[in-house]
This record gives sequence, structure tokens and C-alpha cells, in this order.
Amino acid sequence: MKNAYLKNSALALLPLVVITALIPVLPIRESWVTTFSYIGIYSIVALSVVLLTGMAGMLSFGQAAFLGLGAYATAALSTHLGWSPWLGLLAGWVVTACSAWVLGRITLRMTGPYLPITTMLWGLALYFTFANLDVLGRNDGISGIPAVRVGAWSLEGQTAMYGLIWAVVVLALLGLRNYLNSRLGRATRALLSGTVMPEAMGIDTVHLKTLVFVYAALLASTAGWLYAHMVRAVSPSAFGFNYSVEFVFMAVVGGVGQLWGALLGAGVLTILKDLLQSYVPRLLPLEGNFEAILFGILIVVILIKTRQGLWPFIQRKIRIAPLAVAPADAAFLPRSEKPAAGTLLLKLEGVLRVFGGLVAVNKVSFEVKARQIVALIGPNGAGKSTTFNLVTGVLPVSGGRIEYRGQPISGLSSRQIVKGGICRTFQHVRLLPEMSVLENTAIGAHLRPAGDARRGVLRSILRLNGREERELLGEAALQLQRVGLGDFLHANAGSLSLGQQRLIEIARALCADPVLLMLDEPAAGLRHLEKQALAALLRQLRGEGVTVLLVEHDMEFVMGLADDIVVMDFGSKIAQGTPAHVQQDPAVLQAYLGGEEL
Amino acid sequence: MDTSLAILLTQDGIVTGAIYALLATALVLVFSITHVPFVPLGGFVTFTALTLVAIQEQRTPLVAWVVVTMGVLCFLLELGSAWRSGTGGRTILAAAGKYLLAPVALSGLAVLASRSHVPVPVGMLAACLLIVPIGPMIYRLAFQPLIDSDPLTFFMLSIAVEVAMIGVGLVLFGPEGARTEAYTDFQLTLGELVIPGQSLFILGAAVLLTVGLFFFFNRTIRGKMLRATAVNRTGAQLMGISVVRSGQLAFTLAALIGAICGLLIAPRITLNYSSGLMIGMKGFIAAVVGGFVSYPIAALGALLIGLLESFSSFWMSAWKEVIVFTLIIPVLLFRTLHGGDGDDTH
Repeated sequence: MKNAYLKNSALALLPLVVITALIPVLPIRESWVTTFSYIGIYSIVALSVVLLTGMAGMLSFGQAAFLGLGAYATAALSTHLGWSPWLGLLAGWVVTACSAWVLGRITLRMTGPYLPITTMLWGLALYFTFANLDVLGRNDGISGIPAVRVGAWSLEGQTAMYGLIWAVVVLALLGLRNYLNSRLGRATRALLSGTVMPEAMGIDTVHLKTLVFVYAALLASTAGWLYAHMVRAVSPSAFGFNYSVEFVFMAVVGGVGQLWGALLGAGVLTILKDLLQSYVPRLLPLEGNFEAILFGILIVVILIKTRQGLWPFIQRKIRIAPLAVAPADAAFLPRSEKPAAGTLLLKLEGVLRVFGGLVAVNKVSFEVKARQIVALIGPNGAGKSTTFNLVTGVLPVSGGRIEYRGQPISGLSSRQIVKGGICRTFQHVRLLPEMSVLENTAIGAHLRPAGDARRGVLRSILRLNGREERELLGEAALQLQRVGLGDFLHANAGSLSLGQQRLIEIARALCADPVLLMLDEPAAGLRHLEKQALAALLRQLRGEGVTVLLVEHDMEFVMGLADDIVVMDFGSKIAQGTPAHVQQDPAVLQAYLGGEEL
Repeated sequence: MDTSLAILLTQDGIVTGAIYALLATALVLVFSITHVPFVPLGGFVTFTALTLVAIQEQRTPLVAWVVVTMGVLCFLLELGSAWRSGTGGRTILAAAGKYLLAPVALSGLAVLASRSHVPVPVGMLAACLLIVPIGPMIYRLAFQPLIDSDPLTFFMLSIAVEVAMIGVGLVLFGPEGARTEAYTDFQLTLGELVIPGQSLFILGAAVLLTVGLFFFFNRTIRGKMLRATAVNRTGAQLMGISVVRSGQLAFTLAALIGAICGLLIAPRITLNYSSGLMIGMKGFIAAVVGGFVSYPIAALGALLIGLLESFSSFWMSAWKEVIVFTLIIPVLLFRTLHGGDGDDTH
């Protein structure tokens, strides 16, 4: 696997390395070396946009401000105080990380367009700050910035700096690639689906979004450091709002869903802008900023027409093997002790949920005993899925009490509840269609092995997490084989049928090592044989000590499987008992078949 | 600082705040109905003001070309969708009237106004009528094709439109700033207090516009349609309210509010092709104060921003934008600590 990874990386990087290495030695104008240096710097910032927007579903119009922070930090320290540029790099990182953390903390908890607006304002405010501070040279900025030194070697020439810039691009690219293919990286990509599913898998989405925002800001800040030591001068106009916008445009043009899209977009837009600026004034007698008009219209057209940018047109020509592969020696992760049969696991007491004037769940009480399969049934609109959402903390209760293993859990968030061993699937499948089946499933193992899942950003970036990856992907692969999807590990989740996607959700929930597995309509969309296989799997899980609570409409499936059945109608519980008992219950018959009016 | 100066700054702040309040109203309106953060709103302010300058200086308002071009593009899109859905000549005729005839007529009116010495109100009307159609046409071209998109895409589209608009603004109006001559030199004197007629005019117009909007939303069927769409889009659709028409109407209203703000501040401050962004951003801060839901809280926020700007431009004018923009941090901190824990509505 290690070899496959290395081969994969080498293959993907080869064209980039060849082309960029050739630029300085080719017999072309020297200005091209400068242009490609800029492309390298912009690529790094565009990569940060891809990370934010394409991978985590966030949007920042302040990346140029972080670029400016990195540039001004090293410029001021190395020019005014004579510090080494390397210390300037560190200082830039510190300032950037602190400001990004604050901005993230105050905006990322809320839904709504707060991050883009705040980063816009922050970018504009920082621009005026640069332009008004004496120590930063006001509108003139700082010039005479020293060159970066590596030992006795000074990177003064354009070509030397060019080498450093592209070395950083390659490192940033590899680091991001490694990060995105780690536990935290998969959790990051899960943010694209919203926050409900990630939270239900135990992912602290606010913390993770803040982390990703800081990561992206640090990339931009690093690019700023390179900029300052390449141009050897900084001024506010290089970090204006228009640049923040251009970086987002680059990512959109290249393809915001792909790391390579950042490089492609940075290259295309930088060269296009150069060409427009040199040729348009010769053709048109008007004064104006035509590339702005063109770029604006171009982005509208790209967003309307393809959404994926230009990268897919290139990707069609080449075949890149998946990075996340199941290890050959996959083994299940150690599992927790499950409670003994018959102990009280889950207890609902007068649980109430009101939506405005509608009582969706009306004082429902029932118990679930360990190592049983319990089914929650009832006609459409009976409140089954709402009950599920209440138990798993996706929705808060309006009244009543839910206890799990003797502890109250009503009021806890879904993230805290999954830590206790309750994991679920969703009625409306919540998968990442562009991610492989294997990676989707591994998201369920976010909290395993027990330990702090927040740690390890640096380890992921440096790919020191090989063992952890083998364990998590191995677990995911084995769970997928159990649900019968062993042949589809590397297919995109979106390419499978709806029934199969439900099975992925089950495998994902199983990766969390649940004590109580909650399945919302698991058999919907399955064929007859697949349903039988699913029933066999659930019985096997019960044998292993897992308790199953499921919502299901297929009566044949439920009656043959469940130990205990809870029947709901119009938000209230109307019956509970064994399948045989429930089938005879007059209230149940009334609800399902409609009885005679009394 | 003596009292008269404080009064002067307060008065100035209130007047500026009134403008921001109108802009915040437009932003909340568009966002609640279409989920679009309408960044280009500020562009309508500058476009209208600079078009009025052109008319008053008897130069041809070049923006007419943009309006006609956009109209043609909209018409072609309509033609395409009519062809695909096989709808008949009547739809095409209506589209031609809306997107070809109207822009040409309004452009003609503005050009005529620029060719003769028209009274100031006629010039204002012509500038306003020329700029407002850009709103619904932007909606048709950029937003309607992606009507069910995510907020992220809407934000990117909005920014792209803003960038294009600033670029077009530079071509149309040039890099120099301009302002119109004062509409009135009347002054109201109340003892020590001297209120310029200009300020009274702005406040009066803001109040009138607010009352008008209130009437529109509470007393007319179209206004109620918009409110229904804002409260529950799917529900409104089920009641037969067209989301597209609501969107167009929202953009038209926002453009109208932006254009009126442009007329109001045209004699007050010097504007150039790119000033709209900064003006629009202050509207955004106010909208954030109101959480993109509450009109009155947004208006209060706008007033606060106006006052802050007025006083800071006296004390440290170089830093006034920084001070105003930094206001967002305590506001967001407050919002995030007080039940800002949003649920996602996917």
C-alpha cells in the first residue's frame, strides 16, 4: 500500500514537476519565469480556497488579507528589525492563526452567510490598516526586503525564488492531499453535506470548521511570505479585496472540488489576465478594467453551466487510482463490551415534540432492552422518524425524558449521544456522493479507536498516520463486506442504487461500534434477497450483543425479525408487544386497515 | 468637543444611517426571499448617482447601452426556454415587450433627458427608471438559472456580478468621482440648530419609502406573496406563488431602493465607479445586526453605523472604515453567544 501511495503521488506530480522545472531553462522570455512564480504563489492561495469551499463548504473572501498578513509580518520584521525571514514566516503564521481563529469562532457556529461577509469586511479593514499605519509605510508599503537565506546561500535571483515557490506548492499540495485522506480529512469533506450527519457521527463540526479555516489562512499566509521575499517589496494594493475575489475565481475556474483545480485555475486566470492587460488596450480605445468584466461574466457562466470548473475536462484524459484503499490484512477494531441481555438500555418517558401547533410526538413512552431487535412501526406521519431524531439528539425534545443506560440523554447533542454508543442511519440518505463507498463508511469510525479524534492534524499532513489509516479503512472495508458491498469499495457512493446507499449507511453506523444501532427504514429500496441478507445480518448483530431499534414499513420484514414492536399513530404510541400480539391488537388494526366507526 | 459640533455630527450620522437603513432593508428583503446576499446593491447607488450626473452635465448616459444589451440577452434566454418548452407566440411577445421594448424606451427617455435642460426631478426620474431594470435583469441572467442553489453558490454569483458591475462602471463613468449639484439650498433654523434642507429631504424620502414598503407588504397581494415566499418557500409554491416571479420582484424592489439611495446621496458625497462596494458593505453590517431577518433591528444597526461613521470621520477620518467594519466583531460575538446555534435546513 505504501508503494501504491508513493507511485500514485509520483505519477500525479510528474507533469507538474517536469513543466515547472523546464520553465527557467527553456529559451523563453524571462518574464515567463516571473509569471510562473506568481502562478505558484496564487496556486497556494487557490489551494486554500479549494480546501475551504470545495472540501468543507465554507467561503472566504479574505484570503488576500491573510496573504497580506504573512507578507507584512516578514517584511516589517526582516526590514525594520533585521530578523531572519524564517522568523518572519513564523511570526506571520502566529498572527494569521490567531486572527483566523477569532474570525472562525465568532462566525462558524451560525448558519447563514456570516463567514463570507465577515471575511470580506476583515479583508477591507485590513487593507485600510496596512494603508494607514506608519510602521508599515502607509500606501507606499515596505521596500528593500532582504532575500531568504538557506545557510550561506541567498535566494536572490528570480530563478532561485522560483524554485523555492514551486517547492512550497508541491509540499502544500502533498500536505493537503494527505490531510484530506485522513480521519480528519474525511470528516472535513463530510461537512459538504451540512452538519447533521457529521455531528451524528461524533464530529465536532464547529471545531473542525475553525481548524480548516485556520489551516487555509496559514496556507495563504505562507504564500504571502513567498510573495514578500520574491517581490522584495509589499504595498497594500497587492492584498486588496479584488485579489481575495480572484483567488475564489481561480478555484472556481479550475475546479473547486479538486486540488489540481487550484493550480489549473491559478495558471489559466493569471495568464489570461496578463494577455488581456497587454492586448485589450491596443484593440479598444476605452479606458477600463476589462478583465474584471470578463472574469465576472466567466464565473457566472461557469457556475451556471458546469459547477466543476475546467478540471473534469482534463481528468477525463487521465486515470488516477484511488488514494484510500482497503489494506489486504484488514482486521476489525477491538469492540466494546455490550450490556447483558435483558438489561434496560433505552427508556422514553412521556416524550413530547411540538412543531408550532403540530404535536409530532405526543407523550410517547417505551423501553428497549439490550440485545433485542425492536421495531418502531406506524402509518406515514406517525412520528417515527421524529422519535428517532429525538433519541439521537438531532432534534431537542419539547418535554419528557429519555434515558440511556440509566443516564438522561434528552438535552445532549447528537455528538455526545453517539459517544455513548448510539449510532444511526438516516431515512433520507446522507452520504457524500463524490466520495468512495469506503471513505463514506470510514466516516462512521471517526471516534475509533477510543481516544481524542481531534488530534493529529500535523500527523495527517505528514502522513505519519499510516497505522491509523490501515485500521480505520480496514474496519470500513470489513463492515462493507458484512452488508454485502465488498465489491463496491472504490465506487463513488452516488453511483450506487438507493437501496445500496442505505446499506452504506448501515456499514457506516456499524463502524462506530454501536451498542444501540438505530436504522431508519433500512429495507426500503432493497430487493427480496437483499432484505433476507439484511435480516440475517441484523440477527447476527443481535447475537454479537448489539441492540437494534428500527423504523420500517415492510411488515413481512419486521414481523419475521423483531422481538418487540412499538406501534405509533398520529404521534402517540398505540400498542407495544411481540409481533403476534401486535398483529391482533384492535387499535393497530384500526390504524392500519381502518376499522368500523364506533 | 462643543455641543454644536456634536449636534452637527449626530445629525450627519442620522442622515447617513437612514441611507444605510434603506440599503439594509433591501438586503434583508432579497435574502429572505431568494437566499441571495445581494452584494451588487451598492452598485445601484453609484450607477444611479453617476447617471444623474451625466444627465445634468448633458452627456449621453452610456449605461443605456448596458441596459439594452442585458435586455437582448434576457430576451434570448426567454426565447430559448420558450422554444424548449414549446410555448407560443404570446409568451415571446410579452418577453419582447419586457426585455426589448422597455429597455429601449427607458434608454431613449434618459438620452432625451440628457439632450435638453430638464428640471432636476425629471432627470432623477429618468436616471432611476434607466437603472432599476438592471436589477430584475441581473436576476434573470445570473440567479434564475440556479434558482435552487446553495447559499455558497449564490454568494459567489453575487460577487461575480459585483466584480463585473465595477468593471462596467469604470468603463461607463471613468475613474473620476463626481457629485450632482445640490437639489436645494434651503435651511431650516431652529434656534441654535441649523438643518440643511438636503438632510430633511433624505430623511423625508427614507420615511416615505419605509411607509410605502410597509404598505406594499401588508396591504397588497404581491407584497403578501413575497412575505409568504420568505416565510416558507415550498409552502408558497404549493399555494401557486411563483418563486421566479417573487425573485424578480424582490430584485426589482432592491434595485429601486438602491437607485433611490443613489439619488438621495448624489449631491451629498462624491462617488466614483467603485464606491458602491463600501456603501453596500455598511448595509450588510446592518443586515447582520438584524440577523438577515429583522427589519427594525437592522434599521437600528444602520443608525448606529451612521453615527459611528460620522463621529469617527471627525476624530480619525483615515480609520473610519476600519472602525465601522470592526463593529461586526462584537455584533457577531453577541449573536453567536445568544442562541446562534443554527440548525441546518438541508
